[in-house]
Amino acid sequence: MLSAQNFGESGKMKEYHYTGPVEHRFSPYAFNGGTVLAVAGEDFAIVASDTRLSEGYSIHSRDSPKCYKLTDTTVIGCSGFHGDCLTLTKIIDARLKMYKHSNNKTMTSGAIAAMLSTILYSRRFFPYYVYNIIGGLDEQGKGAVYSFDPVGSYQRDTYKAGGSASAMLQPLLDNQIGFKNMEGVEHVPLSKDKAVQLVKDVFISAAERDVYTGDALRICIITKEGIQEQNIPLRKD
Amino acid sequence: MALSNVLESPASGFNFDNAARNAAFEGLFEEGHPPKPMKTGTTIAGVVFKDGVVLGADTRATSSEVVADKMCAKIHYISPNIYCCGAGTAADTEKTTDLLSSNLTVFSLNSGRNPRVVMAVNILQDMLYRYHGQIGANLILGGVDCTGNHLYTVGPYGSVTKVPYLAMGSGDLAALGILEDGFKHDLELEKAKELVRDSIHAGIMSDLGSGNNIDICVITKQGVDYIRPFQESEYKDTRKPKYKYRPGTTPVLTKKVVPLKLEVVEETQQRMDTV
Repeated sequence: MLSAQNFGESGKMKEYHYTGPVEHRFSPYAFNGGTVLAVAGEDFAIVASDTRLSEGYSIHSRDSPKCYKLTDTTVIGCSGFHGDCLTLTKIIDARLKMYKHSNNKTMTSGAIAAMLSTILYSRRFFPYYVYNIIGGLDEQGKGAVYSFDPVGSYQRDTYKAGGSASAMLQPLLDNQIGFKNMEGVEHVPLSKDKAVQLVKDVFISAAERDVYTGDALRICIITKEGIQEQNIPLRKD
Repeated sequence: MALSNVLESPASGFNFDNAARNAAFEGLFEEGHPPKPMKTGTTIAGVVFKDGVVLGADTRATSSEVVADKMCAKIHYISPNIYCCGAGTAADTEKTTDLLSSNLTVFSLNSGRNPRVVMAVNILQDMLYRYHGQIGANLILGGVDCTGNHLYTVGPYGSVTKVPYLAMGSGDLAALGILEDGFKHDLELEKAKELVRDSIHAGIMSDLGSGNNIDICVITKQGVDYIRPFQESEYKDTRKPKYKYRPGTTPVLTKKVVPLKLEVVEETQQRMDTV
């Protein structure tokens, strides 16, 4: 097919040459969509994710939540390539068991975060294509959120969104939880109910505009009493 | 009588005026990533029934993975008896159908006849083949004329198929499944509308590029019934406007007032006749 690529400078046609057999590389990664969100409060943490698993323009599953319970006080949200998400959570579970057997205590959220960073960096040159966010309670019982990039860089945050709709959610969270770009507003500490309502609203908005987010929302609320789960339906189209 | 066109067809077959410009253009963007045109990522379908043609479409327009328009109109007017559903690049379907509509209006004014569906198809095929697929328009043309009820599809490279039922767009396989199962010749109007609605609904649920509402257009000898929306999405936007910002939330850093000096040049009074 004649196209603009056949024209070099000055509008003259480029020399026609046979390019030879073209190698089509097999890509070991796929993008399965999904959005994850975590918020840390005074004495609680919330990890929420949508439950849609997609590939290209198709839907693989409408009920594939991306939050995985690690311990009684820690939940991890993983989005990106589903194959790597599954393997990574299996590896983390195994390491948690090993730690428990060696040290006779459960890993704390901070320790899990540090360990995950080394696990991810060990695959620096063939990364796990996963965007992780850990939400839990730290040793003092305060809410903690740790956000990661695919190769293990992490930091502790108050709130973080990751996955396909992260660019839509993060600015709204910056404004409503971080009180950014606002003046003369009283910095009220976030209550658990207000945080849950905010998470629901923010996901409904994301489902309106992001095609990879939808179907249902799974919210895990972590308090010292334990982990409570809620399921809210989202747009299915 | 010579046929006149809104835009003159070029004298020779292929027109490469813009090819050199496009090649230079691509180099200007960083990393060789020119802006991607907005695609509609659609489900469109059409069915010929006993008294005419039913066309259906969803209303979502996507710009890669973001929904750009939740209520876009994909069924375009061509002439009083011909309508066209468009899938592919949004700008291409809009402009191509507009151009086609103008050409057919000029024809009917010149000849005093209603345009036939085959004429629309031939003009489209001509234009799309001339551009060798660079115009990304997948169109479903349906209409009723003196020779009967017709449904055609025109592809971006200029291919034409005449069929009694079809679906196009990213959700076409889902919609075609429903159409293949439910289609019969000489359906009644209500059954035909149901069938098209079900096929677009299948596209909306199974395809990420389609969504929101369903539009239907029924064309018969008596006239056209453009129902927009035929069915509103069951997922209503129930967000309450509770995120309010007090005046003064955005800080004013500097203020500059520039008075406009206006002088009265002319003053007239016009009496209006009011009963």
